[in-house]
Amino acid sequence: MKRRNLIQMGAAAATGLTLAGVPLHLLAAGKKGGVINAVVQPEPPGLMMGITQNAPTQLIAGNIYEGLLRYDEKITPLPSLATSWTSNKEGTLFTFKLKPGVLWHDGKPFTSADVVFSAAVFLRKTHARLRANLAAIESIKAIDPLTVEFKLKYPFGPFLGIFEVGSMPMVPKHIYEGTDFATNPANATPIGTGPFKFKEWVKGSYIQLVANDKYHVKDVPLVDSIYFHIIPDAASRAAAFESGKVDLVPGGAVEYFDVLRLSKLPGAAVTTKGWEFFAPHAWLWINNRKAPMDNIKFRQAMMFAIDREAICKVAWQGFAKPATGPFNSNIKFHSTDVAKYPRNVETAKKLLAEAGYKGETLRMLPLPYGETWTRSAEILRQNLAQAGVKIEMVATDVAGWNQKLNEWDYDLAFTYVYQYGDPALGVARNYTTANIAKGSPFNNVEGYSNPKIDALFDAGAKESDPEKRRAIYLQAQKILLDEVPVAWLYEINFPTLYRTKLSNIVSSAIGLNDSLSTASIA
Amino acid sequence: MKRTQFMLTRVLQGLVAILLIATVNFMLVRAAPGDPVSVLAGEAGASDPQFVAQLRAQFGLDQPITTQLATYIGKVVRLDLGFSYRQQQPVLKLIMDRLPATLLLTGSAFALSLLFGITLGALSARRAGTWVDSSITVVALIFYATPLYWLALMAVLVFTVQLDWLPGFGFSTVGSGATGLALAWDVAQHLLMPALTLALFYMAVYARMTRAAMLDVAQMDFIKTARAKGVRPGRILRAHVLRNALLPVVTLAGIQAGGMIGGAVLTETVFAWPGIGRLMFDALLQRDYSLLLGAFLVTAAMAVLFNLITDLVYTLVDPRIELT
Repeated sequence: MKRRNLIQMGAAAATGLTLAGVPLHLLAAGKKGGVINAVVQPEPPGLMMGITQNAPTQLIAGNIYEGLLRYDEKITPLPSLATSWTSNKEGTLFTFKLKPGVLWHDGKPFTSADVVFSAAVFLRKTHARLRANLAAIESIKAIDPLTVEFKLKYPFGPFLGIFEVGSMPMVPKHIYEGTDFATNPANATPIGTGPFKFKEWVKGSYIQLVANDKYHVKDVPLVDSIYFHIIPDAASRAAAFESGKVDLVPGGAVEYFDVLRLSKLPGAAVTTKGWEFFAPHAWLWINNRKAPMDNIKFRQAMMFAIDREAICKVAWQGFAKPATGPFNSNIKFHSTDVAKYPRNVETAKKLLAEAGYKGETLRMLPLPYGETWTRSAEILRQNLAQAGVKIEMVATDVAGWNQKLNEWDYDLAFTYVYQYGDPALGVARNYTTANIAKGSPFNNVEGYSNPKIDALFDAGAKESDPEKRRAIYLQAQKILLDEVPVAWLYEINFPTLYRTKLSNIVSSAIGLNDSLSTASIA
Repeated sequence: MKRTQFMLTRVLQGLVAILLIATVNFMLVRAAPGDPVSVLAGEAGASDPQFVAQLRAQFGLDQPITTQLATYIGKVVRLDLGFSYRQQQPVLKLIMDRLPATLLLTGSAFALSLLFGITLGALSARRAGTWVDSSITVVALIFYATPLYWLALMAVLVFTVQLDWLPGFGFSTVGSGATGLALAWDVAQHLLMPALTLALFYMAVYARMTRAAMLDVAQMDFIKTARAKGVRPGRILRAHVLRNALLPVVTLAGIQAGGMIGGAVLTETVFAWPGIGRLMFDALLQRDYSLLLGAFLVTAAMAVLFNLITDLVYTLVDPRIELT
């Protein structure tokens, strides 16, 4: 099995490289035509990517909408709607040249006015994550119909990393200008520039996209149509794949023990490529505000007590790898030159004693995302019990989990977050003082505050020289690993299950969230 | 005349009950931790106070709860079920889109369970004590005790994955473009497994109940009289025993009919049947308040309606029962 995985990953890596270097139309040697049946879970609330950014929306709408840039697996920018980009020496002025001849699905041309409208007006109002990223931007101007200029207030290190379709989807100005974005009836029939057009959504059953025959890349897309089937039960999704009714199951949609079994079926395969940009990173929130969790030694004891290897191997069936710190190994400036916490129950017990832990029962909130997370929580509880920490599990559904974390009503809680390629985009928000705010389960929920860390993350964001950034982030990682604001658990390698008759399903660092434009059916 | 008056009173009582149910539902739904905004914000993977405040205002959640309740009841009275912000559609449309699928599923299951339940029960009573009776009893007990979702999953594994006889999910074959009879046949194939699994539990209950009631009635004096008069055994069984034994079955069928929509949640989930049970379940997980309340209300209205129908059916089965 190990070797098999390795070969499959190797093959996927090779296609990734080819894609990065070779013009897309050469790939069109793949057979044209056919229908892809995929699974989407759960049913998305909407497909207008500028308004909704949750996972199922991105999976589907990434085929309809496009961003200015795409990214390869090393998070290097690739052209998409922008064909080239330049910056001044200070890194405060970026000029993008747009691709000529791009049309919206309703036939209107895509121009720089759409870019300005999308970034400066529409998304600034609707997209919380982009709004945070745009804080560094002074102005966005259209120089001519195919040139856009972004002027920054200060050099913003990760600037070229915020243009992926989920982070900054281009939305049509001619449809949305002057309307109430949230209730515009056009949201029901999304219009983008992407390789697939919205066809039909039968609520509760399926969503159908069809090939955009006026797409701006020649001979692309290859398949005629994609159906995203809505199958609410994980076991039924597994059965649907097993019986051949669906060809493509995105990561997390079937339980991991099923992935392993299903990937061994004839004509089936699995890949973990396509998550490099998101770099999903799991940890245990530790409520730093309360005793005994406010004691560094207690938190270090947790790190020593947890058997990450076992969780990855048993609960995640190998589709996760132990995390070594706050940075996922796929994102920039990740370093292994930091304090290590190999499992050691004796050290954990000693630290617990030094921390003055007296056997209080702590409330732990597992993540209500299926069996795998439940099993992870059970293993972790057992690990902590071996070191002498008493745990009481608190069961919730997703809404309850959100609320408890929003209001900091927990002792320990599971989570995972995306890191978006750069520490300034996906890591800093979880540790800086300015991000301690009730109402979101994805900011500094643990309540950790350290002026040194604040200063380092601030400096890292405002620096454009990669080497200087590396030094800054190494220092930040060292401090965080000494103070352990949260207990890092594992990097998730979400497995995409597919039939081998499909090829080129993953073509960039955002995997299936990018379009299936290069996918073909043998 | 008596019947009209009875109906009017009952309809009025039903309307009051529905309004009370709407109020209680409103409070219950709000009592669950987490609101639609926190769910949406959580799913987006990022949010800030501005985003949250914006959504709360949009959903009307920034109003005091009494104002929200008053607005809601006011709308219900005008038959306006509100707007689902999550799905960006009027609640009534969402429910009406899903209702036919659910009625088809639960209606078929209802008919199947009654037909087979009563037949098996009658057979069992007729042959009480024989191997036929024992096997029916054992089978009924097994279906009665087996969890519905497990049965459903097993059915999918056997008939879809292993044998490939029946489609395992959905309402019809996606993208087939079939119409008319071809479409009906396609839907029927998709319907068979979910309807049967949903029917099995009630089938077992009806079988057991019919058997017990028939054996009970068979001991009564009027049956002995009929037999003494020389009425043929077949007629005694059908006209005297079965007819009298059916009353408890009708009561139960009324309850089943009223609760059909709620009971379909599990079946609809396993078979990806696009019905109202799943709509309700999703709305609950996402705290889509207006949709959830709308679905509850429609369910409650159905329960009230079926109660009324049950009362009428009583008088048909047993003319001695009077409407008061």
